[in-house]
Amino acid sequence: MTGDASGAVLLRVCGVSKEYGERQSLVRAVDNVDMAVRAGHSVAVMGPSGCGKSTLLHLLGGMDRPTRGEIWLAGHRLDVLGERALARLRRAHVGFVFQSFHLMDELSAVESVEFPALLAGCGRRRARRRAVELLEQVGLGDRANHLPSELSGGQRQRVAIARALANAPSLILADEPTGNLDSAATRDVLRLFEKLRVAGQTLVMVTHDPRTAATADRLITMHDGAFVDDTALSPAQAPAASLIDLEG
Amino acid sequence: MQDALLAMLAKEPAHGYALRARLQTALGPLGAAMNPGQVYVTLSRLEKAGLVVCVDAEGAADRKVYEATAAGRERAARWFAGAAWPKPDLAEFHLKLVAAAASGMADPVELVALQRRELMRRLRDAQRAALEEPGEPVASLLLEGVVLRLEADLRWLETCDRTWRGNRSDREDS
Repeated sequence: MTGDASGAVLLRVCGVSKEYGERQSLVRAVDNVDMAVRAGHSVAVMGPSGCGKSTLLHLLGGMDRPTRGEIWLAGHRLDVLGERALARLRRAHVGFVFQSFHLMDELSAVESVEFPALLAGCGRRRARRRAVELLEQVGLGDRANHLPSELSGGQRQRVAIARALANAPSLILADEPTGNLDSAATRDVLRLFEKLRVAGQTLVMVTHDPRTAATADRLITMHDGAFVDDTALSPAQAPAASLIDLEG
Repeated sequence: MQDALLAMLAKEPAHGYALRARLQTALGPLGAAMNPGQVYVTLSRLEKAGLVVCVDAEGAADRKVYEATAAGRERAARWFAGAAWPKPDLAEFHLKLVAAAASGMADPVELVALQRRELMRRLRDAQRAALEEPGEPVASLLLEGVVLRLEADLRWLETCDRTWRGNRSDREDS
């Protein structure tokens, strides 16, 4: 285990289910799931498409409400909050990263990144300063005034990650963050995730890409809405050198 | 490693330590997979087999200068002419799953999960190394190959999981 095993539990999920439809057409997208994520840990959720992993992520971010169970984030119970309180909590605590970036076409990179800070009531100059810093952090300091249409897929996703970090959220939620990227852009994004992980950012991501999942500390596997495996990926004492055999 | 050393010595003689350094560079982030004495042990094996000769044996093992013999050069040429490639080593695991189901001694779905955890840990080690500062492109190729191989194996395990999970629920239904 990593040294921050003692970090406080940031996110707790207790007996959560999410059902759609009713009677014969009832679908249990998430089926009685429990999990606890400690601050500073990164968790990857994998599973075949339709296993409920995206639904779970929406529940964790308060974008959707569970049919049953409790979701606690940073000491607040999400599933019972009213819409406005929920929106406020989301803004303060959660940064989202989506597969298709979700950037606004007419906003430049720096405008996209400062937007959540402005929404949260941050002053213009402070929001701008922070946005410029974040763009530098993701390696796009020289693209601040570019529109999404002038950026590559990997660059757009890095802008989206900078935006997710705008309000210094306790938790980043990422839904297939490398799903639309080629291998070079995937590498850039994963390198950035690795940097965030080392810096102690709590991250929960949903992915079907093993390469992306392998950057997490912990891997949860879902099947038919339930967790079928939950394992620490923290390297034991196996350095990269043990990956190959060299015969003399 | 024997053939690579022979090929490196085919053009001109070299010190053991120089050969070791060249291999180390070629292996890039995986260079530590080479044991400290491995090159020297291999060179003395090649010497015994008459494929290299020691042309300057002053000093310690790493200070010896080696040269390929005609037989050594010939073997290196054959190595370059060949297209040998390791075959995928999957039969053992496949049979393990079949045997687990047949004997009832283990659950194939659990065995797949166990194997997947192991490969994901390896992939994580590989990814960690790959995501560290971008290395020299040629030296990074080996690690990239390791990552791609692990990805392919993990994809196969996913297929195994699907099929054996299906078998399990069929058994439960009947």
